[in-house]
Amino acid sequence: MKTTGKVTGIISNLVTVEVNGPVAQNEICFIDLGGTKLMAEVIKVNGNKASVQVYESTRGLQIGDPVEFQGYMLEVTLGPGLLSSNFDGLQNNLATMTGVFLKRGEYTKPLDENKLWDFTPIAKAGQQVIAADWLGEVKEGWLPHKIMLPFSFAGTYTVKSVAAAGQYKITDTIATLTNADGEEVKVNMMQKWPVKVAVGGYVEKPRPFKVMETGVRTIDTLNPIAEGGTGFIPGPFGCGKTVLQHALAEQADADIIIMAACGERANEVVEIFTEFPELKDKHTGRSLMERTIIICNTSNMPVAAREASVYTAMTLGEYYRAMGMKVLLLADSTSRWAQALREMSNRLEELPGQDGFPVDLSAIISNFYARAGYVKLNNGQSGSITFIGTVSPAGGNLKEPVTESTKKAARCFYGLSQNRADKKRYPAVDPVDSYSKYLEYPEIIEYLDNKIEKGWVDKVTKTKYIIRKGKDAYEQINILGDDGVPMSYHEQYWKSELIDFVILQQDAFDEIDGSTPLERQKFMLDLVLEICDRSFKFDNFEECTTYFKGLINICRQMNYSEFKSENFEKYLGQLKEELKHE
Amino acid sequence: MSEKAFQRIYTKLTAITKATVTLEAQGVANDELAVVAGRLAQVVKIKDNAVTLQVFGGTEDIPTNAEVTFFGEPPTLNVSDELAGRFFNAYGEPIDGGPAVEGEKRQIGGPSVNPYKRRMPSELIPTGIAGIDLNNTLVSGQKIPFFADPDQPYNKVMSMVALRADVDKIILGGMGLSNDDYLFFKNEFESAGALHKIISFVNTTDQPPVERLLIPDMALTAAEYFAVDKNEKVLVLLTDMTLYADALSIVSNRMDQIPSKDSMPGSLYSDLAKIYEKAVQLPDGGSITIIAVTTLNDGDITHAIPDNTGYITEGQLFLRADADSGKVIVDPFRSLSRLKQHVQNKKTREDHSAVMNTSVRLYADASNAKTKLENGFDLSDYDLRCLDYAKEYATRLLAIDVNISIEEMLDTAWELFGKYFTKAETGLKESLIQKYWKGKE
Repeated sequence: MKTTGKVTGIISNLVTVEVNGPVAQNEICFIDLGGTKLMAEVIKVNGNKASVQVYESTRGLQIGDPVEFQGYMLEVTLGPGLLSSNFDGLQNNLATMTGVFLKRGEYTKPLDENKLWDFTPIAKAGQQVIAADWLGEVKEGWLPHKIMLPFSFAGTYTVKSVAAAGQYKITDTIATLTNADGEEVKVNMMQKWPVKVAVGGYVEKPRPFKVMETGVRTIDTLNPIAEGGTGFIPGPFGCGKTVLQHALAEQADADIIIMAACGERANEVVEIFTEFPELKDKHTGRSLMERTIIICNTSNMPVAAREASVYTAMTLGEYYRAMGMKVLLLADSTSRWAQALREMSNRLEELPGQDGFPVDLSAIISNFYARAGYVKLNNGQSGSITFIGTVSPAGGNLKEPVTESTKKAARCFYGLSQNRADKKRYPAVDPVDSYSKYLEYPEIIEYLDNKIEKGWVDKVTKTKYIIRKGKDAYEQINILGDDGVPMSYHEQYWKSELIDFVILQQDAFDEIDGSTPLERQKFMLDLVLEICDRSFKFDNFEECTTYFKGLINICRQMNYSEFKSENFEKYLGQLKEELKHE
Repeated sequence: MSEKAFQRIYTKLTAITKATVTLEAQGVANDELAVVAGRLAQVVKIKDNAVTLQVFGGTEDIPTNAEVTFFGEPPTLNVSDELAGRFFNAYGEPIDGGPAVEGEKRQIGGPSVNPYKRRMPSELIPTGIAGIDLNNTLVSGQKIPFFADPDQPYNKVMSMVALRADVDKIILGGMGLSNDDYLFFKNEFESAGALHKIISFVNTTDQPPVERLLIPDMALTAAEYFAVDKNEKVLVLLTDMTLYADALSIVSNRMDQIPSKDSMPGSLYSDLAKIYEKAVQLPDGGSITIIAVTTLNDGDITHAIPDNTGYITEGQLFLRADADSGKVIVDPFRSLSRLKQHVQNKKTREDHSAVMNTSVRLYADASNAKTKLENGFDLSDYDLRCLDYAKEYATRLLAIDVNISIEEMLDTAWELFGKYFTKAETGLKESLIQKYWKGKE
């Protein structure tokens, strides 16, 4: 029998319930508000009082309203039909909801249960299988969607029969198996999984050893992210976090993109709804929406569901990873999630940690980032989740709990700088402060040696060195004046400006400049480094300034031209001409 | 507020703070409205039978035996076309001497639009001000605040923008307006002959601060009526959101909540987002655009109020006094319109975004030159040209008293490029230079 209870206290979306039976931490319950069922999650139990966070507005709720506990945690439904969908943080399908306004207590099914899927069996009768092993496959658009033995199945099972190739609904039985005790179990194409528990189903999680290409030069060239790696983008508002995230979603070399809009602007999500179906995936030529899933809890949607949204997104990612897919998960912004935790902790009257955040914030963040990674599956294939989160530090100050906790968990740091944004130097990723720990991985160095050229990472290190030297020179020039420093300082400064303007800055809205393949990145970096290797003789600093501005201008025209096109070669010719009379 | 048949009346308060009262009561619903000693109040906390109410009018003079009557419903507003041209207080009661508005009673602070049902904001709202149109183009369905120090003429600029904008309704939500400013708005709207399309909800400085909390929801409920039911283009003006946030902190403080940064409640982000996210482009043509004012302390945008606002809104317009030109300008560095790329070069001329970026970059070079000058260094020829350019750019384009078309703004910018710089120094795409370059070869 289900445990039931009655409401005894309400503060905003924190509701206290007196219960008549056992309840579990994180168990889901429904509060009955005059026939409307409000979903809530247990976050604290004290005696026979359970504190629950309600995923909806609690307006009109009264003392004594009945509550029914469900006996399961917040879970998502996994199966074919997830791709290209738009879900809210609790996996309600936003597209099938009625009305312009979100109705409280309206929960829609995440998957279409009437749709027929073309099923092909993979497993054979008599085969021994464990959780996450592939039983069959359906075509979910372009994607060979594997139907797996549900993650929740413990132990080894023997396949008794698998459905023949043909059309099935997700609720149809597609396999019959027997467990160790000889009991028969039937499996359909759907399974459920609690979002706060990491999905297993793999043999090992090796260190990331491949680079994920993003087309964004300041990332790929300077601080590449590994496939299965983690990174984060902190930055004050107005520094281009969103544009950068969208660029990653559009261009990254991944099979599946999951975007969790977590407490962010609704119009940004609308932008994805509207543009992604029109945009082409540069790697496959298919529409971008065909590889995208959107989880959206915008800032005006219920706060408690914000926390759920990032977990929902991660669980969907893990599901596709278990099919051998390369998943890129983007969460914007993890700070909003942390703030949601803070609001609840505050209402629970817990003793606050730094800045009022809960004391276990750091542990929660690390735990979440740890769910990303490159994995070897049971059948020898591999899959990955690369995770990039944004952080919105209060007042742009990076010395705050969310940034600091994330820094401990993520391996790449792409710090956006207000200074660069003010100067419209986009993407405003700070080239000096940002880092990618993966550049220190021997596996990655070796990968880049093979993928681009031997010694590539040394080139990257050298580029960073020039940028740093340029910054030093700039500071000296500012202190001592243009005439107060040796000519070499100007030269040093302008070489770093050359790198800044030609490699680092990139026009995300330009058709050509917006995305740069690795081959082209290598070409341009070689070109720029070749110029940086030269030593010049200028009579005065103005000559130096004018000369380099000329070079920068030509290189930028190259960036705007199609690679190796007539125009491109023309500007390259001009550049070579310029370089003759140094 | 109308009287209802079965009202529950209580007369024993168990606790009183500056903003809240607590009493024992039964059958009370969360968010429900009540009257405490003649003042409106709303339920903010229920624990067993102890009900805490936030009293909008303040609790001065309220005795423990005050009469408390519950309404059985949250705050509402009567909506109909009769709202147009009227002035109301924070409770939606007329303050212009006119009759009460007849219409459908709607709860304020209702649910949000399903993001999937929204449309992409893509319609330009021209204002004639180049600091906005050229550099930070406004789009219908956008939400954007002015960030301004208290001495900046933000209310003037806002009314100017509102009256020039091509919209069906303008809804003013005034929070903590000085009486002078209230009369200024009233005057401006009247003399522009625009009263018929204006609706105002006003809380002035002589009224209790907690009342302000109702203003945005009132204004936006009216806005949703016109935008959703009538498919109209609605512009909502909210001034001053800093005073709204201050009222939030007063209430949370009285409820013994642990404050987060700058003694603001931990929920400040969600509280502000609930208001700003009402800005929407609807599928049937209606839209709500929000232009707000957030006053700053000496330009400090790291304070919790502007900081949280910046993360919610689609950019911000930064007003500052420019020493060179002696005018108030829209600061091109700190200002931003996040939706501008949806209209620039699409609804405007092809060179718009390139001209914008270049003119701002050159303005940044000028500010570097100025730093050099202040530090006592010699300026190069380029530096000097930048400084001259900056002065003319500020006067002819950034100043808020400019009123020209976007085409003229672009032409002016090209004229300045040609006057002060070489083609290479602008770094513009060659195809654009060929078409628009004016001046030296």
